[in-house]
Parts: sequence; C-alpha cells; structure tokens
Amino acid sequence: MKYIDEYRDGDVVKQLKDEIVRISTKPVQFMEVCGGHTMSIQKFGIPSLLPENVQLISGPGCPVCVTSRSYIDKAIAISRRDDVIITTYGDLIRVPGSTSTLEKERAKGANIQVVYSIMDALMIAQKNRRKKVVFLGIGFETTTPASAAGILKAKVAGLFNFSVFSAHKVMPPAMAALIDEGVPIDGYIGPGHVSTITGQSIYEDIPKKYGMGVVISGFEPVDLMQSILMLVKQIEDNEPKVEIQYTRVVKPEGNIKAQQMMEEVFEPRDDWWRGLGILKDSGLKIRDEYAEHDTERIFSDVEVEPLIEPKGCICGEILKGLKKPKDCKLFGKVCNPLNPVGSCMVSSEGSCQAYYLYNR
Amino acid sequence: MKQNTILLGHGSGGKMSSELIESVFSRYFQNEILSRQTDSAVLDVNTASIAFTTDSFVVEPLFFPGGNIGKLAVAGTVNDLSVSGAVPKYLSAGFIIEEGFPMDQLEAIVKTMAEDADKAGVHIVTGDTKVVDKGKCDKLFINTSGIGYFPEGRRDLGIAKGVEAGDLILINGAIGSHGMAIMAARNELNIGANIQSDCACLNDLIYSVLNAGYEVKFMRDATRGGLGTVLAELVSKHKIGLQIFEKKLVIEQQVRGMCELLGFDPLYVANEGKVVMIVSKNDADAVLNQLKKHPLGKDASIIGFVTDEYAGKAWMETIVGGKRIIEMLSGQQLPRIC
Repeated sequence: MKYIDEYRDGDVVKQLKDEIVRISTKPVQFMEVCGGHTMSIQKFGIPSLLPENVQLISGPGCPVCVTSRSYIDKAIAISRRDDVIITTYGDLIRVPGSTSTLEKERAKGANIQVVYSIMDALMIAQKNRRKKVVFLGIGFETTTPASAAGILKAKVAGLFNFSVFSAHKVMPPAMAALIDEGVPIDGYIGPGHVSTITGQSIYEDIPKKYGMGVVISGFEPVDLMQSILMLVKQIEDNEPKVEIQYTRVVKPEGNIKAQQMMEEVFEPRDDWWRGLGILKDSGLKIRDEYAEHDTERIFSDVEVEPLIEPKGCICGEILKGLKKPKDCKLFGKVCNPLNPVGSCMVSSEGSCQAYYLYNR
Repeated sequence: MKQNTILLGHGSGGKMSSELIESVFSRYFQNEILSRQTDSAVLDVNTASIAFTTDSFVVEPLFFPGGNIGKLAVAGTVNDLSVSGAVPKYLSAGFIIEEGFPMDQLEAIVKTMAEDADKAGVHIVTGDTKVVDKGKCDKLFINTSGIGYFPEGRRDLGIAKGVEAGDLILINGAIGSHGMAIMAARNELNIGANIQSDCACLNDLIYSVLNAGYEVKFMRDATRGGLGTVLAELVSKHKIGLQIFEKKLVIEQQVRGMCELLGFDPLYVANEGKVVMIVSKNDADAVLNQLKKHPLGKDASIIGFVTDEYAGKAWMETIVGGKRIIEMLSGQQLPRIC
C-alpha cells in the first residue's frame, strides 16, 4: 500500500537497527508521549529490535487515560437527565467513573451515542432540537481543532442545543512536568499528530531548559526506528534539539488555520492529569464568547456523585513512566480490557492495554 | 392478494403462515423430508458419530457486498460442521421476522439459502417462523442448526489431538474481508470502499484436502474474532506454542486501508470463509497445493509453525522483524480517536 509499505520495509528497519547498535554507547531511555506511538511500538515489536541499552517508556499520551474520574462522573450525571443526548468517541464509553460507566448508563436507558467525529454530533443536534446535545471533547491538540470547528459551526448555525464538555489538554506542560518530577528520560519521541497542528516551536523549551532532545516521529516502524536513531545521535553528539523526522506530514510552523481556530474558541487553564496532578496552563477552557456552547456552564448545577478512586491501581505511575504495567498487582488479573480498573487499560492507546494485547 | 410485507398474521400459525411457508420457504427449500411437513424431520444417519452445531445470525445490514444474512446462515453452520471433519448433511432454519419486513427481501434471502445449501450438498429439512411486533427485533434474525456425519476412519479435527512441534499452520486466503465489508456497507463512515465479504461454504475445499488423505491435525474456521482469536484460543487450550509471520498473511488492499484508517488490527477482523489448518510438516506443501487448486483457496499460504518453545503463547514475527504476542481480543475493537 503506497505511503505505508515504504515505511514497513524490513530491510530499512534492519539498517536503522544496525546503525543504532553501531553508534550508541550510553544507556538511554526515551519516552513516547503519544498513544498512537505506544500502540505502534507494541504492534510492530519495536522494543525487541533495540539493543539492551536503548529502552522505551510510555508517557501520558493517551487522552482517555489522563482524564480525571470526576470528568466521567460529571458526564454520567449529565447523561441521566431526560433532556440530554451525550455524543462521544468510542474510547470513553467504557472508562470507569466512581460507580458507573457511560456504557452501563446507556444500557440503563441514557441516550448516549458513539460518533466518529464532532460533525456527527452536530447532525444529531440538528435533528433533535428539543434535546440538549453534549459532545465529550477529549484529546490533545489533535482533536481540539475539530472541537473548535464544531463550536464555531454551531454558533453560526444557531444550534444552541449543542455544547462541548471540554477535557481538552495540551502536551508541553506534561512533558516539562515529567522531567521536573525526576522521571528518568533522556529524550522524547515527539507526538506526530499533535505536532502536525502545533508545529515544533512548542517543544523548544525542552532542549533549552532541560538539555534534552525531542524528535517528532511518524507512526510506522521505519519512522520510529529513524527517530530513535536521531535521538541516539543527539545524545552521542551531545547536541539536544527539536527535530522533525515526520517531515512528510509535520511542517515546522504547523497548521496555522487550526491553531487560529483553537485560539479563537479555547483559552488555557490549569488542569488535572492522572499521575501528574494539577499542571499550570495545561488544559483548555471554552472562552466566554462561546459560553452558550460550553457544557460546564450549561450544566453547572448538575449534582455529581462523590469521587471514589480505585484501590491498588498504579495508572498514575505508569503514565509517568515510573512503572510498567507488569509492575501493577491488578494487571492482567483483576484489570483487563473487558474489566478495566484504571483508564490505561480502557483505551486502545493506553499503555496497559497495549502491553496486555501485544507483550504480555 | 399477494402481500408485500410481513404482517403479524404471518406468524399466527394459521392460514397466512401456511401461505408464507408455501410461497417462500417450501418453494425454495424443496426436498423430500421437508415436504412431509411433519413436526420433526426424521433422518437416516448410518454412522457411529455425528457432529451437531447451531448458530444465530443477526448481521446488519442484511445485504452486503458478497452475500446476505441467508448466505451467512448456511455457510456459518456448514463450515462449523466441516472444520470438525464431518460431512454436513442436514440443516434447520429458524426465522424471527420483524412485522413490516419486505416480502421481496425475505424471498431473496431464502432463495440464496436454498442455492447455497444446494451447492454445499446439504438439505434444509426443518424450520420455524416467528413474526414479532415492529421494533421487537431488527428486521430479521436467522438461526440454523446442522448435522453432519463422520465418514469411516475420520475423527474430530476440532480438538487438536496429536498437534506437535514442527507442524505447520495454513490458511486458505486473505483475512479480514468479511468484517471490513460489513463496516463499509454500514456506511456510517461514508467510506466509498467496495469490499467483498469472503462468506462461503468451505466443505468442498476441506474435503478436497481430507479426501486426499493428508495428515490434517486440526481445523477451525476463523470467524468472529478473526485469525488472532483462533490462534490465541488454541494455545491457551492446548498448551502448545505457535509462531506466525506477518509477511505471510494475505490482506486485500482495501481491507488493509480501511483497517489502517480505523485503527483496526486485521488479525482480529471477522472472516466467513477462512479455515485455519494445522498439518504435519511432511504434508504441508501438498496440502498447500491442494488448497491452491480450489477457487476458495487460491491465495492459501503457510503462515507459521507449532513450537514447544513457548507453550501457551502465540507469537507473530512482525513485518519488520519484531516480535509481538497474539492475545485474545477482549470486547469490540473500537475506532481510535488520536
């Protein structure tokens, strides 16, 4: 298949592997902060191709995983109202809240619909004018422009029954926080999709402040191996910088139009991340101009059940790369994709599920 | 007057039911046993052991490129019998129909079932029809059960007896076509792909191998859950190790493209015309050639081997030479969001 097969060429991967082995002398640990990378790395068996001294760890790259339980609890509380239709990406439906999940609420009769894009949610709002249609806006810079576009469209079309419940977050504060917390990282495999929108400038602080490299990578095995090689080379040459491996998609300046849309609709706020706690300016809030499309404001009076965090779950440490899924007592036993205890097991991009499926 | 849609009365057991049976079911499923119209079909089975299976079909949409629910209902049960090593002989067919279902669609489905049963050499000898209120079922559900017999000297091939290190794993062609054909046909995604389901009765293909006397040790049809699930189940039940090679798997371009787009793993996408065989090393090449001679096996390949190295695990060497485990699929595959 064009544009894929070239990047899954076993011979090229082997050459890259040999080169990594040839030039790398120091023990290093690189972190990927994108769920798509976590999945690809496990799916293609990349760790088994690397020398002992080059280790990969997974970071907080799965939006479902870092989202707070109280967000799910609030979505569940809203879904229990008769005048509401919840629209959501499929990943969120099984994420455990304190005592229930959206899937369980749906089985009990709540109107919860899985959509593939926010445009489907807008259509539902158009067809159900008497219902309040809530879209669960989750994800990093990748999905945020779509949420912004949805809100802009709703405003123009006068769809006042449509709102977005924003759990959107931005990646750089989390990348900085991990280093500040002392997680042993020698370089970042930078997120491909996020960077397509943002460009490379958002990472410039990392080499400057922390002396650590970021290589923005594609998702195919050749991409990942080449990115790892570039990071190894930076370390061996002692030249940390931001580089783009994924040049066929990511432009240094990013997608300006998408950035403008995000800027128009959202503003930064402090936000809570599983495993990292509250990080300054790491979340995105809907601006006052779009208040009528902000679920938080529309349903500010909804009563939410008290928060209960699961016992024994080490999702937090796993998201920080301090522990691997195998270190968790619940992993594979009590906690599996059918019965996820923590959010890392729910999403197909969560570290625990990726380990469960491909590397147990 | 000829009715255009199914009415509740068609399930009443009265005159309308008889008319429906006569004008649709008996018309297509004609055979001597069914035409007796007795409460039970009485079958002559002259054999020590029989294979017996049942399956219900609830596919949406009912018609898809490469088949319809009727074709699935016949092939599914015929294949379940065939992979056990049995010769499928008799089927039952139960229909649960939603009030208001178009008569011409029912007829088209029944006609396909009759044609496919005929081609596979099986008889539909007993059946049932129920009509439920509108909204109480989604258009049409079909259940088929089937009976097959074991010819002399043939044993149950579903239990993996005698499988040992060195045996080779074969499959008769491309994986993932049925699942992706259905996804594309649902058209919720507006993907203009025209993927054909691989839905087919495999008994003829399977006999061509078994009748040639090759040492086939295990068979399973890789349906829901895909090839990955069959392999993962096999290792967990029989404490053997398996290794397959990603580059040996055949996946059609459009199926691959759609899987990439949606974040699906083709290993876990449903098939309806694929059989996985474990064959002794000595006979594997001959079985491969035999499979390739048949239209349903032209893309057959040897995809891996049985090993005693890591009992209880199935591994895949990825296309780039990495290794990953093949685990049972839990829940449904969901499209990715990021």
